Amino acid sequence: MKPTNVVKTTHSPSQIPDDWFNKLEKDGQEAEAVARPSLSYWQDAWRRLVKNKMAMLGLVFLVLLAIMAIFGPIFSPYQVNMQNLPNQYQPPSAKHWFGTDNAGRDVFTRTWYGARISLFVGVMAALIDVTIGIIWGGISGYKGGRTDNIMMRIIEILYGLPYLLVVILLLVVLGPSLSTIIIALTVTGWVGMARIVRGQVLQIKNYEFVLASKSFGTKSSRIIRKNLLPNSMGPIIVQMTLTVPTAIFAEAFLSFIGLGIQSPFASWGVMANDSLGAILSGNWWTLFFPAFFISFTMFAFNVLGDGLQDALDPKLRK
Amino acid sequence: MEKILQVENLHVTFSTYGGTVKAVRGVDFHLNEGETLAIVGESGCGKSVTSNAIMRLIPNPPGKITNGSILFKGQDLAKFSEKKMRSIRGVDISMIFQDPMTALNPTLTIGTQLMEGLREHQNVSGDRAKEKAIEMMDLVGISNPPERLKQYPHQFSGGMRQRIVIAIALICEPDLLIADEPTTALDVTIQAQILELFEKIQVKTGISIILITHDLGVVAKIADRIAVMYAGKIIETGTKREIFYKPQHPYTKGLLNSVPRLDLKEARLTPIDGTPPDLFSPPKGCPFTARCPFAMEVCDKVYPENTELTGSHQVNCWLQDERAKQLIKVT
Amino acid sequence: MLKYIFKRFGIMLVTLWIIITLTFILMINVPGSPFNSDQSSNETIQANLEAHYNLDEPYHIQYLLYLKSIVTFDFGPSIKQPNQSVNDLLGRGFPISFELGMMTIIVAVISGIILGIIASLKHNGFIDYLAMGLAVLGISIPNFILATLLIQQIAVNLEILPTATWSSPAHMILPVTALATGPMAIIARLTRSTMLEVLTQDYIKMAKAKGLSPWKIVFKHALRNALMPVVTIMGTLLAGILTGTFVIEQIFAIPGMGKYFVESINQRDYPVIMGTTVFYSAFLILMLFLVDIAYGILDPRIKFHKKGGE
Repeated sequence: MKPTNVVKTTHSPSQIPDDWFNKLEKDGQEAEAVARPSLSYWQDAWRRLVKNKMAMLGLVFLVLLAIMAIFGPIFSPYQVNMQNLPNQYQPPSAKHWFGTDNAGRDVFTRTWYGARISLFVGVMAALIDVTIGIIWGGISGYKGGRTDNIMMRIIEILYGLPYLLVVILLLVVLGPSLSTIIIALTVTGWVGMARIVRGQVLQIKNYEFVLASKSFGTKSSRIIRKNLLPNSMGPIIVQMTLTVPTAIFAEAFLSFIGLGIQSPFASWGVMANDSLGAILSGNWWTLFFPAFFISFTMFAFNVLGDGLQDALDPKLRK
Repeated sequence: MEKILQVENLHVTFSTYGGTVKAVRGVDFHLNEGETLAIVGESGCGKSVTSNAIMRLIPNPPGKITNGSILFKGQDLAKFSEKKMRSIRGVDISMIFQDPMTALNPTLTIGTQLMEGLREHQNVSGDRAKEKAIEMMDLVGISNPPERLKQYPHQFSGGMRQRIVIAIALICEPDLLIADEPTTALDVTIQAQILELFEKIQVKTGISIILITHDLGVVAKIADRIAVMYAGKIIETGTKREIFYKPQHPYTKGLLNSVPRLDLKEARLTPIDGTPPDLFSPPKGCPFTARCPFAMEVCDKVYPENTELTGSHQVNCWLQDERAKQLIKVT
Repeated sequence: MLKYIFKRFGIMLVTLWIIITLTFILMINVPGSPFNSDQSSNETIQANLEAHYNLDEPYHIQYLLYLKSIVTFDFGPSIKQPNQSVNDLLGRGFPISFELGMMTIIVAVISGIILGIIASLKHNGFIDYLAMGLAVLGISIPNFILATLLIQQIAVNLEILPTATWSSPAHMILPVTALATGPMAIIARLTRSTMLEVLTQDYIKMAKAKGLSPWKIVFKHALRNALMPVVTIMGTLLAGILTGTFVIEQIFAIPGMGKYFVESINQRDYPVIMGTTVFYSAFLILMLFLVDIAYGILDPRIKFHKKGGE
């Protein structure tokens, strides 16, 4: 950093040529010129996200995982539930990249099927949560007053219900399947999202640009769609990103206590549960691959969510 | 008159995600004992950074005092260790912040917050501290102090809170008080009360005050001298009369013209066009050039020297140069 | 304060009532439940069931009697194990689960807060990145996977600690570690982020301007405010730990309530599932209520809300 007084010493007033004392021609625009290029909120957020190495690692992993979940099983000559008992507990090899399990099934193939289930459960749960949450939280926050009071009281009560216990109870009754698991996960899961949406709406609806819009007589539905939702998207996206790993964890957890997705599906939770005993006898790969993918998928969603939070939080914008 | 504070060639930079901001770029000023100096300027001109630098409260990183000295009673605060600085803060120099709603800790009682400075620095008993706290509450005009000491900040109004903040700042009897926009967050009627309180305290204790503000009304009421800051530099200083009646810098004139006046018949508000320069890459000449109605080529190229008009009135502007006066006459 | 407690208490009762009613409605509709009289070969069990659930009465009477039995802490018989009531199982299993849960929460809170404070004070430094990297891993690895990893590496390979059961302090280390890591990571992350936010507040700047020592600023001014959000998530964390005990007890063969609960799910022993769910829900809802009260005590703004002031 060079101190500015350097300028002073090089130009004592007597050294300055007289003809510099002419009126400066300005092109008029200069005073209003913006020094840095302006980026839209989303462009700026994306730029910040790309700079976050961990978040990018998470994103790349998730994209690869999604690709493998879709196409992975195609590369494999094995069927997901093809049992081959003489071939049980084969360690990873050229034939079976991730080895085989207690029934001689190919762990590689089953892992990508598991990815389908886990991602599907996670993404569906997040989507349903966000739909209910936006409607409930949006109405509650926008209407305010009595409506808000009643809707919030309901949320407070539901919030008090222990999430996984309710899920367990529902699954005991409904019987575990892909759809019932998603239903059970979302019955009380949307409450968190609704709270966030409501908080955002409450905050934004008092901003001047919304009041201005209202004063023009804009319809409520249009204000909600055009003003409130786009401006509360940041926290909603972050919450969605963090809902997915919660759902993936819950699915794996349910498999573990015997309420998992039943055959012919092979979820990661079911695979891990099946191989619990196997690791003690040294067949580590049967547990390692599902465990690694559950953990790393949750990790990827978590770091991506953190990165999005930093990227989308306008408070930290400089 | 003794100079209690002398700031010379102060530079403060902040390294941020977008680059390095040169927030304060060579500031010189002094403060005499018992007087009130107002530092005025638009938001972002570096006035708050200057005051925080005096207290050494610039968060580092990202902020850093890169050059200059801050002589307080002859000692250079810029060279003090953090530990030594702690024995200055609150004892010799105190600070008041802009928003009284956030300046008090919501979870501690007023009494605790009022007394903790005293107990930290002076070895006083609990009873003595309480006595002193009650005395301070009386001074700043809060009734029923013994009861109020047990209460929490949220039980006080904004004006009351600012009085408490002032009491906290004064409890160790400091010699210098830095008030950073002390009235900006308050209602107009409350503002006047707080300003009166400042005057009363100054008469009573002889404390020196640095007042940071963008509000010329506040300045007109209580300042003795004024320093006008623009884009990280002080561009004009003078007594209150000199600045209000004989402003020299086009920016100072612009500031005064953008305040409504009722005493002039043809009162017309003249805003200053444009915005201050980007301090990521400040211009090498006078930073006001782009907005200045009298800008010359030289302004764009070289920063003007300090011109001393009277013992107290100084300005940094090329219009003071003999050659420029020709130009003004011509046009 | 009283009004606040009263309101919380009301919400607690409604939540409890919902969960009790929910169990009842679900159970009368589920095939193979005690309310459908088409099963159970064991006569003792059938007799117990009829005595407890009043199966010969109409539904609304059944419901009222069911409510009454729960209010009097009688959760009924098991349908798979004759002469065993849910109360017997709870009496045997819950103290152990409670011990496991309490140790976990203590470990998680203390280590999480310390880790969070250190990370926030060394913001953007190496320690911060290390602590937060570990914390993200901590919330990403499910507790049952961590548990099996710990058993395999520490108990089986290294043979440092025992693998299973709950008979000595050494037996407790692995299960508590497996269960506490997730909550600890959550607390550490939350403590760090709220500390960072609180440290930029004006009152912290004010405390600095008073010349207070950094130690006092952190512990007297920052920490209390930073821990408020941590208190609010305690309820959720407790719920997570409690459900976590189900799998941890299963994996480590700890004879707690969680193990019985998982067994009852696998055997579709409905009265046990119902009883345990209601009991655990009541326990959690009560904890949530206590957490709310604690929050009210910690935050003076709530305490004095209806008591005047300005």
